[in-house]
Amino acid sequence: MKFSKEFKDQIKNLCTVITSMSLIIGIGILLCMVLLINPEIIKSTKSDSEYLPVVIGEDENKIENGIHVRTGFVDDKGLMETINNCTNCHSSKLVIQNRMSKERWIATIRWMQKTQNLWDLGGNEEIIVSYLAKNYAPTKKGRRENLTNINWYQLED
Amino acid sequence: MNRRNFVKKAALGSLATLIGTDIVFGATMPEGYTPLALGDPDPFKLFDLDPEMVVLNDKPWNIEAKAHLLNDNITPNSAMFIRNNGLIPENITLNEWSLTINGESVQQKKSYTLKELKDKFTHYSYQLTLECGGNGRSEFNPPAKGNQWTIGAVSCAQWTGVRLKDVLEDAGIKSDAVYIGYHAADIHLSRDPKKEPISRGTPIAKALQDETLLAFQMNNEDIPIAHGYPLRLVAGGWPASVSGKWITGISIRNKIHDGTKMKGKAYRVPCKSVAPGEKVKDEDMCIIESMPVKSLITYPKSGAIIKKGQKLHINGHAWAGELTVASMDYSIDFGATWAECPLNQPVNRLAWQHFSASIILPEKGYYEVWARATDTNGVSQPMLLPGWNPKGYLNNACHRIAIKVT
Repeated sequence: MKFSKEFKDQIKNLCTVITSMSLIIGIGILLCMVLLINPEIIKSTKSDSEYLPVVIGEDENKIENGIHVRTGFVDDKGLMETINNCTNCHSSKLVIQNRMSKERWIATIRWMQKTQNLWDLGGNEEIIVSYLAKNYAPTKKGRRENLTNINWYQLED
Repeated sequence: MNRRNFVKKAALGSLATLIGTDIVFGATMPEGYTPLALGDPDPFKLFDLDPEMVVLNDKPWNIEAKAHLLNDNITPNSAMFIRNNGLIPENITLNEWSLTINGESVQQKKSYTLKELKDKFTHYSYQLTLECGGNGRSEFNPPAKGNQWTIGAVSCAQWTGVRLKDVLEDAGIKSDAVYIGYHAADIHLSRDPKKEPISRGTPIAKALQDETLLAFQMNNEDIPIAHGYPLRLVAGGWPASVSGKWITGISIRNKIHDGTKMKGKAYRVPCKSVAPGEKVKDEDMCIIESMPVKSLITYPKSGAIIKKGQKLHINGHAWAGELTVASMDYSIDFGATWAECPLNQPVNRLAWQHFSASIILPEKGYYEVWARATDTNGVSQPMLLPGWNPKGYLNNACHRIAIKVT
């Protein structure tokens, strides 16, 4: 009998905990839904700086369709080493728009070390250079390419 | 949730609330453009740019126009390319801004406040063509390192200021002067205060030209911050890197200026032409001076579909560095035949010139209209890429637009 009373109390406590947690989660979900429907509310209740970091902090390293969304880099072996060493001074956009052989990526790193305060990459250099040479290698373009990405539109007289 | 994805999913109106500022071009934001939101600055708002401008790099800022955005005779700020080597100066105090003239070949080191510059020297206004030395780099094969400019790193705005010549002569130029070099307030990407992001210059003869200005206005307003507020050296017809922004000093040198991006391969091409991909020693590279002859078709926008029999009006601009464009031709048959079209004289030296033509495209089908300018030395634009060079400078190949007749 003694045990069963204790057991009942435990169940009771558990019920209280579950109920209050559900309530909190429920209120949270409701708040989120309200915010999604009408984000304007937030303006009157919280200052901008209070909620900004919450949004930024979420999933900095999401990969979508093989692309690291935050930087635009191709997802492959060496991605994080490249992000951590190559986007401190300049944007990832500068890397992504270039196409170089392994030899020329190395030469570019040497130039940055000589003139732009880039540090010694140590063991990461081979990883980074392999990543860049594989994913950002030159393509043959010839002396003049066809016009591409033409957005056709009707030109009125 | 990823922040950029979050941005895409959110309605732009609500986005503005989240960022706490307005997205100026929210309604007209181009497809595929994702704002650098939530902490990252939006360059379109920051620099008041046309929403169709193309951001090549956001640290440092490198942004170019598309041909059809450059249709105005005088380029507005909204369509003006931005090429920065470092970070834009922070906390510019106008009253404390000064320009120092120094160097081995100055008679007396001298400093001027902005007010002194404006009060002491006569003001001049010129329309000056500024083209990035690397404009067109994206087409070189093998590819060249750097920002991959296509065709939009060129502008011709109205610049107002004092003549560099007047200021240099006021400080005094020694007879052994050969070059000037500028110093500026921009910040090196590494934030190392000892490093200058860029410090280029010109031979003394270019510095003493009437049109070489220390400008404080662009298009009759204070120079926008991205273009060098409050003081910019403007040397039209030469690689735009010569036209230093945020200028705080000019050194009169008794040797070729040796500042950042004057040495090595920066803004240099092989003195003698080389095969594509060939290795070139630094000592065989020569500094670029005048930019080559070039032109752009700025109307219509590439991709126009017209009806058979409908006249096609085209117009655009042509420029030739230090020279003038002597004639302008267009071709509708991929260069097999060319027709000359009317071309205006420049409004002043180093301003771009305007051309126009009315064309009948004879049959239904796909056409390209190619434009070719010829300078006063009889030198024309090539249809293919000009000579390959390691850094991908001086691509002045003919511009073309696609047209379909239905």
